[in-house]
Amino acid sequence: MTVESKSIGAGGMPLTQKRESLRQDALRRLTRNRAAVVGASIIILLILMAIFAPLIAVKPFEAQTLVDQNKVPQWLVSIFPTMGPYARFSSEYLLGADYVGRDLFSRIVYGARVSLAVAFIGPLISLFIGVIYGSISGYFGGRIDDIMMRIVDILYAFPTLLFIILLMAFFRSTLSDIQPGTFAYAINQLDESMGGMLFIFIGIGLTAWQNMARLTRGQVLSVREKEFIEAAHTIGASHIRIMFRHILPNIAGPLIVAETLAIPGYIATEAFLSFIGLGVNPPTPSWGSMISDGSRAIRTYPNQAIFPALALAITMFAFNFLGDGLRDALDPRLRGTQ
Amino acid sequence: MSRYIIRRLLYMFVVVLVVSIITFLLMHAVPGGPFTQEKALPEETIRLLNERYHLDDPLHIQYFNYLYAVFIPHFTTTPPGTSYQDDFMLNVKIGPLWIRWMNFGPSYGARGRTVNDIFRDNLPISAQLGVMALFVALLIGMPLGIMAALKQNTILDYLGMGAAIFGVSVPVIVLGPIMIWIFGIALKWLPPTGWDSKPPFFLGFLPTKLGWEFVQHALMPSVALGLGSSAVIARLTRATLLQTIREDYIRTARSKGLHERTIITRHALKNSLIPVVTVLGPLFAALVTGTFVTELIFGIPGMGKYFVTSITNRDYPVIMGTILLYAVFLVMANLVVDILYAYLDPRIRYD
Repeated sequence: MTVESKSIGAGGMPLTQKRESLRQDALRRLTRNRAAVVGASIIILLILMAIFAPLIAVKPFEAQTLVDQNKVPQWLVSIFPTMGPYARFSSEYLLGADYVGRDLFSRIVYGARVSLAVAFIGPLISLFIGVIYGSISGYFGGRIDDIMMRIVDILYAFPTLLFIILLMAFFRSTLSDIQPGTFAYAINQLDESMGGMLFIFIGIGLTAWQNMARLTRGQVLSVREKEFIEAAHTIGASHIRIMFRHILPNIAGPLIVAETLAIPGYIATEAFLSFIGLGVNPPTPSWGSMISDGSRAIRTYPNQAIFPALALAITMFAFNFLGDGLRDALDPRLRGTQ
Repeated sequence: MSRYIIRRLLYMFVVVLVVSIITFLLMHAVPGGPFTQEKALPEETIRLLNERYHLDDPLHIQYFNYLYAVFIPHFTTTPPGTSYQDDFMLNVKIGPLWIRWMNFGPSYGARGRTVNDIFRDNLPISAQLGVMALFVALLIGMPLGIMAALKQNTILDYLGMGAAIFGVSVPVIVLGPIMIWIFGIALKWLPPTGWDSKPPFFLGFLPTKLGWEFVQHALMPSVALGLGSSAVIARLTRATLLQTIREDYIRTARSKGLHERTIITRHALKNSLIPVVTVLGPLFAALVTGTFVTELIFGIPGMGKYFVTSITNRDYPVIMGTILLYAVFLVMANLVVDILYAYLDPRIRYD
């Protein structure tokens, strides 16, 4: 909201100035930050690409044309000259075909869906668990806080990447031989219908919330003793109301920034899991599994690994740019930290 | 301070115990045993194998036996044999008494090798990679951060911080294949895969011949792994240095007429390093676990391959051993960092 304020400024001069709300101020700073705008634009383009994938990628991503194995378009040879002597050409594939003759371009376009899904749902899960956990811990304090934070400390000692591999192995195989009608079976079905992404979300959620819990706790502690919270207590507001109406809106900024900056990590985790074969189920295309397939042929057909790798890098760039911009916009004092 | 360290060590022990319980339960909850394969083994064979490795015992018995073998020192008078039960990490002979400690058990997958064998032969390679990557991270990150801070808001600052964003945006699985192609295949400057260091190792983990060959092989994987962390270090160094050079004591130093170089190196840099030290713990953790991915991409014979295959093969001792070992690494790294922190900043007291 903007407020017209007429007041007396320095030297008795009347001042007419527009005051901006914090949010508008932040938004203005964000839109002035060129890198953040570029990042946001790339993300919007990626979202559009993911939604309209069937229109952009005319070839189906799972169709295997074995006669077209490893075929490349002519122009690729000028980028990867080593391919020259043995490459088989076909102009049908924009970026070439993979080792079973699937269109690389289609798979990269559809692969955006997996990365973006992780980019948006990962933070939701981590925020959901982390904020609830952290705010209970910080709000009630004392013994509860002690115990809850010790638990987080212990989970911190888990080598996250190894733990998530173990979790994925657990999910992937436990649910393969279970009876229909049970809860586990239903989850398994849901996961299958999502191309294996559900378990990735759960895996990321289970390993990523601790940071958020710590941050939330610290932030809650810092506002808990403020006067307006005390005021809310005196008029008889419930704990839940104070938590959601008074505390959370005041600490949302740092949480959003931290979560945005964590997104590239989630994207990388998914790509890594798919890379070692514990991520999405084939034939769902994921940039990670494409890099894994392509790495095996990197000496002969570098395009198969390098294009999905570039797609992954661009996406992570965009989210990092946006996260940095958000941080600078919401809290200019933090410029350049983290 | 010593009380603090003892408390932390006890706490560390609890953490490792909890990690071991969770890992143990989780891996046994995965259906299928280490000997269920696509091409089924005869039932009798599986029965015998299970018996040999005590896999039919109740879970809690198996767990306590494992803890006993790994954590409790054994005292015997018989010299160690060649069976997997006698393969202890530590074998010390004092008079007639043998003190043995840490038997991580056999590997079910790599027949004839114990987890200790894998630790002895492959862990050092992972450690070499991790340490090299940490060096790369510090060697690139710190100068970049210092330069950006000293030339704040100039083109150097923007370039440096731009490079840092680049660094955090390219994970190993992106940088790996691209580097392999450019430097290993197209330009043929460096060997695209492999590692030039084999057991036996000097002091248990150092390469025996540290030559050009070793550097050639290590360069790409270390940079690929360390670049992300170097970006973190660069940003942090810049931020803390910017804060420090605005402190009063720096102004005092300037007004005394000290040389700018002296001010930066002796006064500003030393104090701005403290926060950088604190991130070394988590950073080291990220590098250590990151070695797994890097090894898979660059075909390095470290722990990475063993861990990933051990999970799909239900190779229980390898899974347990690896996760426990890395958990100990992580808590130790954090402990060392906290102690270092108190040492560097006398204002910090832990008692």
